[in-house]
Amino acid sequence: MDTQRFSQLDETLYFETLDNGLKVYILPKQGFNKTFVTFTTKYGSVDNEFVPLGKNEFVRVPDGIAHFLEHKMFEKEDGDVFQQFSRQGASANAFTSFNRTAYLFSSTDQVMKNLETLVDMVQTPYFTEQMVEKEKGIIGQEIMMYNDNPDWRLYYGVIENLYKNHPVKIDIAGTVESIAKITAEQLYECYRTFYHPSNMLLLAVGNVSPEEVISFLKKNQEKKKYEKVPEIKRRFPEEPIEAAKKEQKMHMNVQIPKCLVGMKALHTSQSGTEMLKNELTVNLMLDMLFGRSSEAYSGLYNDGLIDTSFSFDYSQEQGFGFAMAGGDTENPDLLAERLHDVMFAAKEGKVLTEEGLERTKKKKIGAFLRQLNSPEFIANQFTRYAFNGMNLFDVVPVLEQIQFNDLRKTAEQFFGEDRFTVCQVLPK
Amino acid sequence: MAIAKETIRKMKGYTLHTIKTDKYKTNTLVWKMKAPLDKDTVTLRALLLNVLQSSTKRYDTTAKLRTYLDELYGASFYVDTAKKGEYHIISFTVEIANEKFLHNAEPLLQKGIQFLAEVLLNPNADGGQFDQAVVEKEKRVLKQRLQAVYDDKMRYANMRLIEEMCKGEPFALQANGIIDEVDAITPESLFAYYQRAIQEDEMDLFVTGDVDEGRLAAFCEALIFPDREATTAAARTLRKVAEVRKIKESQDIRQGKLNIGYRTNIVFGNRDYFAMQMFNGIFGGFSHSKLFLNVREKASLCYYVSSQIESHKGLMMVMSGIESVNYEKAVSIIEKQMEAMKNGDFSVQEMEQTKAVIRNQLLEATDTSRGLVEILYHNVIAKKQIGVDDWIREIEAVEKGEIVKVAAKIELDTIYFLSGSEGK
Repeated sequence: MDTQRFSQLDETLYFETLDNGLKVYILPKQGFNKTFVTFTTKYGSVDNEFVPLGKNEFVRVPDGIAHFLEHKMFEKEDGDVFQQFSRQGASANAFTSFNRTAYLFSSTDQVMKNLETLVDMVQTPYFTEQMVEKEKGIIGQEIMMYNDNPDWRLYYGVIENLYKNHPVKIDIAGTVESIAKITAEQLYECYRTFYHPSNMLLLAVGNVSPEEVISFLKKNQEKKKYEKVPEIKRRFPEEPIEAAKKEQKMHMNVQIPKCLVGMKALHTSQSGTEMLKNELTVNLMLDMLFGRSSEAYSGLYNDGLIDTSFSFDYSQEQGFGFAMAGGDTENPDLLAERLHDVMFAAKEGKVLTEEGLERTKKKKIGAFLRQLNSPEFIANQFTRYAFNGMNLFDVVPVLEQIQFNDLRKTAEQFFGEDRFTVCQVLPK
Repeated sequence: MAIAKETIRKMKGYTLHTIKTDKYKTNTLVWKMKAPLDKDTVTLRALLLNVLQSSTKRYDTTAKLRTYLDELYGASFYVDTAKKGEYHIISFTVEIANEKFLHNAEPLLQKGIQFLAEVLLNPNADGGQFDQAVVEKEKRVLKQRLQAVYDDKMRYANMRLIEEMCKGEPFALQANGIIDEVDAITPESLFAYYQRAIQEDEMDLFVTGDVDEGRLAAFCEALIFPDREATTAAARTLRKVAEVRKIKESQDIRQGKLNIGYRTNIVFGNRDYFAMQMFNGIFGGFSHSKLFLNVREKASLCYYVSSQIESHKGLMMVMSGIESVNYEKAVSIIEKQMEAMKNGDFSVQEMEQTKAVIRNQLLEATDTSRGLVEILYHNVIAKKQIGVDDWIREIEAVEKGEIVKVAAKIELDTIYFLSGSEGK
């Protein structure tokens, strides 16, 4: 087992790669009652075209299957695993994102027992046609719930506008029609391909002993037979640089219009420190442009164009990336125009200042400390970083390295007219 | 060992609660102001909270105020409003890095308290009125926020249930106030209310983090308010259900939202509160509960279904999202689960699971400063001294007979259904 000590933050990280390829990380947290464990596969909704394990040809699977699989992992021949977690005082959950599926629990008691339940649950697939059919009603209602949520529709609307071919534009849960086609055999095929330990990462944060976790996992994994597998072959369609659509207006049963603008990212094949630095620089830049201390935020608020629902965000993963900004507004067209103008003023070297950069760096460092209070944050972010070859604990040193020049360069490249889009939800 | 040791100290006009712990990398200050929930003041309070948050005399624009917070290593500052039974609570939270994790240490805790004092005691006001432009801006935003509830159908359905169920009671009000009352508020009337609130509200400051209580109390000398007898809300009256009301509304949405309200008449501080919590856990609080198993897992009618209690009001609410045609089926399955509970038709295993999960939930909540403060604040509302340890012990001791007794008190009050009509 290796260790890495971060003395300024007073944290120590323990890690080891097991013989079957499973990567295990443990971050003990003094004084916490709870332990939070996530067991994550590098497999999400975008991985819809791949060569199944043991086969030679690419297949295209139905939209929403990664998420469907996640739901079905909790049901076994002898019942629902939620029941067992409850008996052991744990609260369990799972989520599917564009490129990850995570299974997790948190508990303050019987942590090793819960760890065993989690790992065995994920490593013992059990799917029948009858179970699959029954789940379609439940997931159908999940899809309906999101369909009625205007913020969700708006968010996906922006991604749909930006991407012409890439599967990131497809709703993670799929549609009622696409999930209708899912079969138990397809679930097994996806499972065998993507749930091999070498494609997975386990992270425990909280009130745990690293030695105990590692030795338990070694024993647990030795009991299970895993063959060596070739690297997973995924295929993604060719994606143009520019946004697929300039704008989209959706009419829903709302009283207040909503508007989000989006910018498609350019450099989405980065990984490691290069990706971390780029991501942090873009985040610093967006904070300086749209944060609550920014000139733009005050201007928009004073002019009645935004309220406290206003937010902005940057997401970058392998093969796709986008920035968004917006919220509830009485004048969606004017808001879109104003947000656009701020972005393109920054591109021309305006708005951003050296003094602002130093202040925003301080702000980000404080925010990072705040996030380290949360085992959930650490687990989710750490895993995402690790899958992209980055280390969560590099955030502060890399932030400190970012110079005004880096920011200027990023602003110049990041914004492009043909990569800009507007999405609005309007009252019917 | 006590979980979360709370030190309580009477200060000038408020109570300081210190919870010392070294598990966080930040220190958190939560300032709470409590007054009876009342239709004449609820909107004023909601607006006041946002006006105080937006600027102060020293930082007289939001940009200046936020720039200052950025300088303090991105201290986070936010406000919140909530109903707790017959009371209306407004809170201000400042979360600030603990300087021991930073290279260039500044006395951040003290600055955080000074900042809070600036917000509360040095508002952006002159000659007996708040800054006109600020008030107008915040009025617009408050109205928009109240209107936005309509757009989030899950929240909207929940709000409608409570409006209908608690008609004529203060609890029917929304914590953010009444939209039609916003326009009439003036910079003068708001300032007059501000003066009244800081004279009369019951005020508490909770501080969590690696802090020295004595030093903290010294820093808190910056916060001085007049002494007071806090105003008490009219005593809660037991309300019996005369007849079950069924309300159906329709909008062009895809999924129907079913919200059901029950009267429990059991509140935090009552002897049977813990049995009530157990009831809720077995019935619908968790993913092992009867509602989840029967409405979702067995009948596949929904994605979400759960119940929750209003700890200081004596209500229990069930919520679920279903296909509109399944309304009768869902209501009947939910009613059957309630019947089962009343008949004592639940197993030792269901009780054990629920005890384990509630215990876990309480312990986990104490790992976050927000969760911890919310737990301890129950005592301020109910005028009790129930520690987290006591709470866990009480849950552990609940017996089946007590849950059945609680079940007998629960009465169905209102069934609200927002049905979907899209595509019809």
